[in-house]
Amino acid sequence: MTKRYGPITAVDGLDLDVPEGSCVGLLGPNGAGKSTTMRMLTAQAIADEGELEVLGYRLPGDSKPARALCGVVPQLDNLDVTLTVEQNLLVFTYLYRVPRGERREAIERALGIARLSDRRDAKVNELSGGMRRRLLIARALVHRPRLVLLDEPTVGLDPQVRQELWALLGALRGEGVSLLMSTHYIEEAQRLADTVTIMSHGRAVASGPPAQLVAQHAGREALEVYGPPARLAEVEADARAHGLRTRRTGTSVSILDANGRWEGERRAATLEDVFVLLTGEEID
Amino acid sequence: MTSRPGRLDRAALAGVLVREMVNFSSYWRSTTFSATVEPTIYLLAFGFGVGSLVSTVAGYDYVEFVGTGTVATAVLFSSAFPAMFGTFVKYKFQRTYDAILAAPVDPEDLVTAEALWIAARAGTYGCVPMLVAIAFGLDLGWGMLLVPPVAALGGFGWASFGILVAAVLESIENFNYVVSAVLTPQFLVAGTFFPLSGLPDWAEVLAQGNPLHHRVELVRDSVFGNLDWIDLVHLGVVVAFGGLMWRLAVWRMGRRLIE
Repeated sequence: MTKRYGPITAVDGLDLDVPEGSCVGLLGPNGAGKSTTMRMLTAQAIADEGELEVLGYRLPGDSKPARALCGVVPQLDNLDVTLTVEQNLLVFTYLYRVPRGERREAIERALGIARLSDRRDAKVNELSGGMRRRLLIARALVHRPRLVLLDEPTVGLDPQVRQELWALLGALRGEGVSLLMSTHYIEEAQRLADTVTIMSHGRAVASGPPAQLVAQHAGREALEVYGPPARLAEVEADARAHGLRTRRTGTSVSILDANGRWEGERRAATLEDVFVLLTGEEID
Repeated sequence: MTSRPGRLDRAALAGVLVREMVNFSSYWRSTTFSATVEPTIYLLAFGFGVGSLVSTVAGYDYVEFVGTGTVATAVLFSSAFPAMFGTFVKYKFQRTYDAILAAPVDPEDLVTAEALWIAARAGTYGCVPMLVAIAFGLDLGWGMLLVPPVAALGGFGWASFGILVAAVLESIENFNYVVSAVLTPQFLVAGTFFPLSGLPDWAEVLAQGNPLHHRVELVRDSVFGNLDWIDLVHLGVVVAFGGLMWRLAVWRMGRRLIE
């Protein structure tokens, strides 16, 4: 699928498949087209080219029934802040057409997922950032969606809160819900996703299980060489002259699949190496 | 479009309406306060202020003339303003519409439900000036039962107008142009505080194009039991205005919300 905004092509011939029951991570720097992709899946952005099918429904024509089966966790919190936790969930049981007799139970279940049962009467603007985020996720689940779209679900949160949310998302996968998650946190993709698609400038530059991507694009090991900037530049040039791939990590140079020629710390290659190698050292 | 839950389906409208109702439970006090106090002040100021100079206008007791006239302006204030500002805030700052459109709700459902909700509110609050006028001696009549539906119908048009404005304008500061150039003149030259027959001919002709004027006439004729064929014309203008604004609002808001 392709999406243009005037002269800018936000999504450029992206091909994406989320197998049922799996978690697919969309990894890419800011501006890679992740959010636009998410919006196209709910028909809030209409693709200029290409075909989209969500849970058997063709978009954008049949997007309404498709949306009824999806849950969306937006990047920016759009809870109704003057309403209580429970009222926010109640509104969504209506928006997502939960049958009358099942609303009560759906709300209780969502409160349980968010672990906010004892804060049900609290107004949203009295909640901590982590609680709000949990509510935002639980709100997307009131109608037991088959596919959940998460746009940067843990952006701007403390590591503790992030781990808490990962546990929540992990539990969802256990229930057989399919997840499509955009993120620019590599650890998040590595921990949660069955397959990762790395996006850059609207294109998919690599796709596969995290471990396979690492093995394929970054090899087994990397060597971290530390030193003053001049030394780093020298090592970098030397390594490249020997046909090796390098990347800067701020205070060091990482040399992938290095031999014994340089002194440094050996470490396993990571998805971050793949990410930087494929999306470029500099973000424009 | 051939989505299975069709266009304007009930569940989608209900979802948006429930959201508004639940929200209303958290702010109804302030809204009700201003919707009650404002027309009362107008009534007192004009009714007694101007009323001390003129006792009857167009054959009516002046307080009753103003009391019925302010019904339509109360509708304007409780529909156009919340629609303009509320809509803008919801789609631009709170991103509420992002959440709603991710659900099985289309822009057409959203705009229609929002306009219906504001119309229902305007239908209720629009009656306040009439109730105040009753307290000041306006005689009861069966025609008064027509006031809530007429007010709601008018409110629907103004709500749609407000949503259209919010969809077209880029910033909330620009709303001042609409308020000063469109709403205030309509409000003053609608036959609310003085009959249009006192205006120069050209102004009187212009005022005929003012939808608010037709609403004022419709309310007045209902309350005083003077319904006539001309009120069908008034009704026609109110319905046409509402229908046109509704479709324009759906169109422009759809373009704004779906990229």
